[in-house]
Amino acid sequence: MTLPARRGALLVVLLALAIALPPYFGIYYVRFATQIAIYGMAALSVDLLLGYSGLITFGQAALFGVGAYAAGMLTVYGVTEAFVVWPCAILVSMLAAGAIGALSLRTRGFQFIMVTLAFAQMAYYFAQSLRNWGGDDGFTVPQRDHLGPLALTDHTTFYYVVLALLVLVALFAHRIVRSQFGRVIRGIRDNERRVAAIGFPPYPYKLVIFVIAGGIAGLAGALMANHAKFVSPATMSWQLSGELLAMVILGSANSLIGPVIGAAFFLAFRDVLSDYTEHWMLFFGPLLVARVLLVKDGIWGMLLRGVGIEEANGSPKLDYDQSADPIADAEPGASR
Amino acid sequence: MTLALLVEQLFNGVQFGLMLFLMAVGVTLVFGIMRVINLAHGSLFMLGGYFLMAALAWTQSYALAIPLAFVGAAAVAVVLEIIVLRPLYRRGPLDQVLATFGLTLFFNEAVTVIWGREPIPLSIPPLLTGSVEIMPGSAYPLYRLVITAVAIVAGLLLYLLITRTRIGALIRAGSDNREIVAALGININLLYTLIFALSAMLAALAGIMMGPLLSVEPGAGDPILILALVVVVIGGIGSVRGALVGALMVGIFDTLSRVLIPLAIQTNATSALVGMAVYVLMAVVLLFSRTGLFAAHRG
Repeated sequence: MTLPARRGALLVVLLALAIALPPYFGIYYVRFATQIAIYGMAALSVDLLLGYSGLITFGQAALFGVGAYAAGMLTVYGVTEAFVVWPCAILVSMLAAGAIGALSLRTRGFQFIMVTLAFAQMAYYFAQSLRNWGGDDGFTVPQRDHLGPLALTDHTTFYYVVLALLVLVALFAHRIVRSQFGRVIRGIRDNERRVAAIGFPPYPYKLVIFVIAGGIAGLAGALMANHAKFVSPATMSWQLSGELLAMVILGSANSLIGPVIGAAFFLAFRDVLSDYTEHWMLFFGPLLVARVLLVKDGIWGMLLRGVGIEEANGSPKLDYDQSADPIADAEPGASR
Repeated sequence: MTLALLVEQLFNGVQFGLMLFLMAVGVTLVFGIMRVINLAHGSLFMLGGYFLMAALAWTQSYALAIPLAFVGAAAVAVVLEIIVLRPLYRRGPLDQVLATFGLTLFFNEAVTVIWGREPIPLSIPPLLTGSVEIMPGSAYPLYRLVITAVAIVAGLLLYLLITRTRIGALIRAGSDNREIVAALGININLLYTLIFALSAMLAALAGIMMGPLLSVEPGAGDPILILALVVVVIGGIGSVRGALVGALMVGIFDTLSRVLIPLAIQTNATSALVGMAVYVLMAVVLLFSRTGLFAAHRG
């Protein structure tokens, strides 16, 4: 069996498990799996930026939250057609991503992290100040949307819709990163200077991928508003932004499937530990530190090695050395 | 809107700005010299408040409790530096952000386990209650004046430390070129531990002094940390002068916008504008300069 075939087989097995298992275990696990798929989609959007574009965003939750608010508000106003509500949520998130990205992409490296975090906090305070929408407490969404003739009230139906969307988003993201556009994006991640020298201006490319990732996060947010039937500023909190990053890293960045596995791990970790203690963060924090300091690869990377595939591009190379070290100014041809 | 009220708010703004400076200068020193972005800095602010509260309960005296809280925060910082920060110096920003974010999650939960989730009010030291007439007919709380003065003294001491002492020379040299400093036979590990402990103590100082004004609660440092990051972005990452100017700008701008915007516009959007004002300021600065006002380093 060739390596891509093994990788494909692994993906098919995972997808088959995702399709077959949850209904078999009952409604609690269907809802649990729905949550995994939604957070997985949001984490995937972070991976598009982090793993493929070298952009460490600490503010993706803001775009997730904008999608959730847009979808929740429309549903409260009585628009319950998913074919209308979800595209609207995606559009609003993309607009927000355009505004945030246009400014924050002027910076790079360490500053980019801080600026995205700051703008996400601004969105958080904005949501908190919406008194008509519950302020800090948020608001409940009266019902789930319906997808054409398909009612989504049933948890299992909703799960399969979310799962199908996740697969579509993953395929879409896969096409993007394999396209010529994706090649430029990955080139910018590896060496922005060189890509600029070839004649591709980095800024518009980064902005486009930032907006696309924002739209995906917005769709995940809209699905979350439907899933929980509740929207609050917590969907935009900096903790969630950090947790999305953690999911990507726990699952393996630069893989698109890794973030979904990371989301599953994160939620399972929380679910299992919550049975024993409400202070599960006491264990998650050190786990994250240990993953960063001691382990080289995420879960998907380990799985791949387990079945005998060494990823050529296991961990993403980020642009920090260029932005922080004067060495990047070395003459052309000088060896580094 | 009277002049007295404006002056009072200006005092509040300067005081808040100086607290932000104590936080931001730690972030910017640790970045400028160690090239580490430390999201756990807010935890040290929070721990300052908790340690003060615990030491007060134990000693019943502010004179004893404040130094104890300081020593506690510095001890935590030294342990953190040795166990977690040291391996991070050679890592990229992603690893640093995630590891220090993990630390924040841990500390926020740890104080919940020890002292509970409820906010704990701290009282103002009995000597410093009361108020002073700063202008005819306008009384200003003595405590706020005192912490403003303490912050100014701390800032001056820091300035003297950096410009007039051997350690300060090493700090400046380290931020210019740490390889050369290490090559000259300076114990760079010890220097890093010192700088980290110093920045932690400044954060704890802000936490201790803000304790009676805010309340001590889990996650209390997070919003302050994010504002300190805004300050660092505005001032220019790695620049101490930038941290001071940025902090005063953010402190005064935030405080005044909370008073002036509701006076000028009275709609539903008012509270939204107030909460967002500081970030709009950051956006405007970024429009004009990508690296902040006093960029010490490119990038």
